[in-house]
Amino acid sequence: MLIIGEKLSIIAKRVREAMMKRDKGPIQEIATRQWKEGSGMIDANIGPAEDGGEELMEWMVTTIQEVVPLPICLDTTNYKAIEAGLKVHNNEWGRPLINSTSNDPERFPMLELAAKYNSQIIGLTVGRGGLPADAEERAAIAAEIMARAMEYGVPLEDIYLDPLVLQIATSQDHAIKVIDAIKMFREMNEPPMKTVVGLSNISNGCPKHIRPILNKYYFIMLMNAGLDAAIADAHEMAEAMQEKQLVDDILAGKKIEDAEKMKVIQKTLDVIMNKTLYAHSYLEM
Amino acid sequence: MAFAIPKETFSGKVFEVTIGTDKTAVFGGENVLPFHSFEGSVPHRPVIAYEIQDIVPDDWPETVKKVYESVSGDPVIWAKYCQDTLNAKAIALRLLSTHPDRENRSPEDAAKTVKDVLAAINVPLIILGSNHVEKDSSVLVAVSEAAKDKNCIIGKAQEGNYKTIAAAAMANNHKLVAMSELDINLSKQLNILITQMGFDKERLITDPMCSALGYGLEYTYSVMERIRLAALTQNDATMQPPMLADVGMYVWKIKETQASESELPHWGCLAERGITWEAVTATSLLMSGAELLIMRHPEAVKAVEKFIDELM
Repeated sequence: MLIIGEKLSIIAKRVREAMMKRDKGPIQEIATRQWKEGSGMIDANIGPAEDGGEELMEWMVTTIQEVVPLPICLDTTNYKAIEAGLKVHNNEWGRPLINSTSNDPERFPMLELAAKYNSQIIGLTVGRGGLPADAEERAAIAAEIMARAMEYGVPLEDIYLDPLVLQIATSQDHAIKVIDAIKMFREMNEPPMKTVVGLSNISNGCPKHIRPILNKYYFIMLMNAGLDAAIADAHEMAEAMQEKQLVDDILAGKKIEDAEKMKVIQKTLDVIMNKTLYAHSYLEM
Repeated sequence: MAFAIPKETFSGKVFEVTIGTDKTAVFGGENVLPFHSFEGSVPHRPVIAYEIQDIVPDDWPETVKKVYESVSGDPVIWAKYCQDTLNAKAIALRLLSTHPDRENRSPEDAAKTVKDVLAAINVPLIILGSNHVEKDSSVLVAVSEAAKDKNCIIGKAQEGNYKTIAAAAMANNHKLVAMSELDINLSKQLNILITQMGFDKERLITDPMCSALGYGLEYTYSVMERIRLAALTQNDATMQPPMLADVGMYVWKIKETQASESELPHWGCLAERGITWEAVTATSLLMSGAELLIMRHPEAVKAVEKFIDELM
């Protein structure tokens, strides 16, 4: 399982300020911590970065790789910024990952970059027409992305398909559809297609104290479905791995010793599987 | 082989709610989807309450305003008219004059109106605030006390004011409407929060927020349908209170119930249009799971009662 450290995102205030001021300190500190916690790659999310995106991505890639011997996941919709990042990327630490192409024609050129720079690339299974309705629609879009990748000369082994995790608080039925999509994606090629998710979106909009709970148990369910990579908090995922046996036991219908833990896990699994309706206080019911 | 009609049965059941003390009204109690009496038990008809206000309804369209022209100057006379002449099974008194942007009447004034209306009628009373989050939290507390032990419905408690309103409804033995804004997860959350205060879930009524045909009805329909399915298929107790559709106030403010025939001749007769619009919105929401309706026009109510007759 590849954990792509998620913490370097322009959405976080501290990171945004450091990016704007070109202050290496916080960026390198966060990157280093994620590496130590078990990330195998670092996500550098600079947002749409319409102005000065190229320079910013270049700075991010070099700043991170100065202190961390890991490849970078280049996360922006700005084509030129991606290219700038790829040019300075130190491939000694592994091949970079472009985040992302999709079924939207505006994102097709990302495949060109993947081919030109021998980069890996995420294929987000959305089109221009809005969000996919179910696992089947995600698989249909995946097939189109795969066909297009071959046209552009990107090997299928270099693609990570991303079914797009949605918020459980507003789109509960999609949690299980994403798990099904992971299984379907894997069957679309031999060897199986690789898969990735932006994990923590599952708990976006949920109360702070239940976010890690949802993230962890959802991660384990996705892992059981065959997930290869997750853009996630490495520390949280390490915790998840320690609880994996407990979750697997409960999924198999067994009882676990810690009754309180059992309740939390069971209720969370029921919400993920859409067996009970989500509410912010679901753990208290 | 003879054809057997497939039947769907569920583990969950909607709570049965009784309101009023003298003449009572009962709704809910079914363990099947709306009107599916061939699959299980539908013990009660949906209840339609007539909406009245504590001030003259200046902003109601002519079609529905003129019906009450001779009585709407006084909520007591208006209430009696609905009960005695229109045979209302319940009355919903909206305390619109308490809204800060209207007459901003005091909670004490509202309490007096409620007492006067209660003294004049024997059918159950639904007491609604002006839907102003802060003002309702004082008005609805005062009217709950004024109506103590009359087994009314108090409404509406929302995320921003449920604590005081639920406490007052609980202390004075009323039922309570919990309203959230077209979001099933927030609707469940509000019901949880209210019951965590010690309020009995079997005394709740869920209002997922109404909308008129053409103005988002499909959202209300879908949320109601999903709430009902959660109650029946998942046996989710937080989603088992009956549901309210506050139809009249949403229908009688839209263009279709107001635009004149000279302006839009191809839309047909204005009066008929408004009545039909209210009736169609109401019946749609009955089909999606509402057990309690608040309506305005007597002809629309009649049409909906007939619809219920045919489906029961």
